[in-house]
Amino acid sequence: MAKRDRLSGNEAVAIALRQINPDVFPAFPITPSTEIPQYFASFVANGQVDTEFIPVESEHSSMSAAIGASAAGARSLTATSSCGLAYMWEELYIAASNRLPLALALVNRALSGPININCDHSDSMGARDAGWIQIYAENNQEAYDNMVQAYRISEHKDVRLPIMICQDGFITSHAVENIELLDDEEVKNFVGEYNPENYLLNPECPMAVGPYSITDYYMEAKRNQAEGMSNVSRVVLDVAKEFEGISGRKYGLFEEYCMEDAERAVVMIGSAAGTTKDAIDRLRAQGEKVGLIKIRLFRPFPAEEIAEALKNVKAVAIMDRAESYTNHGGPLGADVMAAMFRARSQALAVNYVYGLGGRDVRVEDMESVFEDLKKIVKDNDAGETYRYLGIRE
Amino acid sequence: MSNLTEIRWHGRGGQGAKTAALLLADVAFQTGKYVQGFPEYGPERMGAPITAYNRISDTAIRAHSNIYDPQYVVVVDESLLEAVDVTSGLKKEGAILVNTAKSKEEIIPHLKGYEGKVYTIDAYKVSMATMGKYFPNTPLLAAIVKVTGLMEEETFLREMRASFSHKFASKPEVIDGNMAALKMALEEVQ
Repeated sequence: MAKRDRLSGNEAVAIALRQINPDVFPAFPITPSTEIPQYFASFVANGQVDTEFIPVESEHSSMSAAIGASAAGARSLTATSSCGLAYMWEELYIAASNRLPLALALVNRALSGPININCDHSDSMGARDAGWIQIYAENNQEAYDNMVQAYRISEHKDVRLPIMICQDGFITSHAVENIELLDDEEVKNFVGEYNPENYLLNPECPMAVGPYSITDYYMEAKRNQAEGMSNVSRVVLDVAKEFEGISGRKYGLFEEYCMEDAERAVVMIGSAAGTTKDAIDRLRAQGEKVGLIKIRLFRPFPAEEIAEALKNVKAVAIMDRAESYTNHGGPLGADVMAAMFRARSQALAVNYVYGLGGRDVRVEDMESVFEDLKKIVKDNDAGETYRYLGIRE
Repeated sequence: MSNLTEIRWHGRGGQGAKTAALLLADVAFQTGKYVQGFPEYGPERMGAPITAYNRISDTAIRAHSNIYDPQYVVVVDESLLEAVDVTSGLKKEGAILVNTAKSKEEIIPHLKGYEGKVYTIDAYKVSMATMGKYFPNTPLLAAIVKVTGLMEEETFLREMRASFSHKFASKPEVIDGNMAALKMALEEVQ
């Protein structure tokens, strides 16, 4: 029986972790993700989980300890935000290249500087090439559901890659909203026991993890990671289908909202997608054919599927909550436009940078983006394709 | 979005404006509503102005922006009337609730010509009389429930007792004081 509750995004993820009862959770606090290990530590203290909780002295250590535990054969994870993720940088690549299926509960926050504690995606976008699976959430429910599905994806024998479960700092992590929780037993059965095939603490089969790779092997190792990544989309969909069976909630690689007959579309990631849905409802009530694609799986990037979903639109605005200083747009913009180019799309595309450092995104802001797209369609000219939303010039 | 109520709280860091918004979300959830309660943080320090928000609705809430045109505003600290534009965007069909020992007539001149209803509560008096310490958010929570009419007083008190019993399970001695503060505040709103 599902239980109706009201929780912040952080509390929801912590509860998912209690239900999963992982083996090892090393953690170091950083705003706004601190509450996840904080809630979890109380579950440990109350004997609700038998996880080995390790308070460490830095994020470099929390990720290192999670990697060590995973290599040893344990189901491990940690949580962080912003500069904490930056401090894990070296280890992110180690986790992925060793094909360790550990999880990271990431609460997205702007990177310094200027120093800022609020939401944008610059932390995880910077880590997009580290070889981790990245899944994003619009609200607390999705953050919870994604956490429940995480290990089923990362531990799958065709994948075996680390997974980052992302949600927007403060906007969802600290907002109390309605949520439906699954029964502890249902989650336990869904996630299942972790039975690694190869692990350090297996005396039957001694192995090395992370040895030096000479030039003669390095490239094959990287190709091998890419091979695992190529199976992720299929596994994500299989796991989502099974999850729908226990929860009634449907997930895909991305969500399409009002896309059936949309002539103008927005592509975005995270909590502002909910705000965009309200803008779409207002505009649809006036007969405007507008829609949304909300990315759930960003790494690997579902390029063909997104190009297919966009094939009938006349104009698209791709929204990036991170700068990448290319002088022509952000990381999501680059991926979506490349996907459209490969699919020989004729749609006009523009890329907005928005919401940096927690800059608020209102329904009216998203209406203005659809208004911009209207002009682009009318003029049959994208104009400036690299734009900022909500900036004081 | 039918029956959407939007509330903005103005307080200073450490006064419990965020906690009050979360408690309101909590109790509204208990009556079957869709809720949002969330803070907006500026600099993280005691005494800095902070804002918290509530959306309460009969239908699912998707917007994740701050609230600019609320029906209700709660001012947790009277000194903010000069420091912050508390009535910004406040609908004139709505109301503002100010925590003050002063009379309504004394407060109105500080509200920049706000045309809607003005309510006051002396949360200090209520808090000291019932709990012996200054916790403004408990009286203000009761006061805003009364001002908004979001739920029956009886329902509110019942749900809050259940909530306090859970929250203060390890120190049940504070439950009665908090309940007395809620009841007194319901009477004291001017």
